[in-house]
Amino acid sequence: MRIRYFAWMREHTGCSEEQLALPAAVQTVSDLIDHLSSVSDGHALALKNRKTVRVAVNLTFAAPDTPLCDTDEVAFFPPVTGG
Amino acid sequence: MIAACKIDISVGEDDFDSAVELEKLRSAGVGAIASFTGIVRDEATGPALIALTLEHYPEMTTSQLRKIAEQAADRWQLGAVIICHRVGRLLPEDNIVFVGTSSAHRKAAFDACAFIMDYLKTEAPFWKKEETTQGTRWIDARISDDEALKKW
Repeated sequence: MRIRYFAWMREHTGCSEEQLALPAAVQTVSDLIDHLSSVSDGHALALKNRKTVRVAVNLTFAAPDTPLCDTDEVAFFPPVTGG
Repeated sequence: MIAACKIDISVGEDDFDSAVELEKLRSAGVGAIASFTGIVRDEATGPALIALTLEHYPEMTTSQLRKIAEQAADRWQLGAVIICHRVGRLLPEDNIVFVGTSSAHRKAAFDACAFIMDYLKTEAPFWKKEETTQGTRWIDARISDDEALKKW
């Protein structure tokens, strides 16, 4: 699975993207956030406030209960501020 | 409606010329053209602004902007929609965004333009970072931008 981070979440995790072999216990977006939060202090900080975590799965906005599979691209980012 | 409406999306570092984009919106049967141009302000939320850097999610940005334009075309009778959005490091008074709509009538053109901007503000994956005389900071999303969607 390809994981991507944008804006201050990228700065906290220290990487713009990483590869992850999807653990069996991770079935939804919410599970993935729990899993990634244990990777490093930076990851934990980036994903700490669930209200500010926006998620896209395969380029479409996703919800905490969106199911995941190993070939998905999952992106984490803060609320958008374009325009 | 979607088939009849011409949609043109561009995202990149290069500047755009609002006058050129407006001219593209002119075509047979068009009675009204509305547009919005967003420009970098020279004051940040606090100290003086040096630059504004826009980051985005390239693979998602264009498809997301197209979805928003298609929603507008579904809802109003539009001849064309143009969305130009810049990314990278921008200076005060630089252009950031252009949204233009054409229609037979003014209300459709005005409303579709405002609708597209309101959705762009909350659903297009761009993030702004301010560089000021006192350091850098990511701009927070505004609750008022989410509130703006309720009227649609």
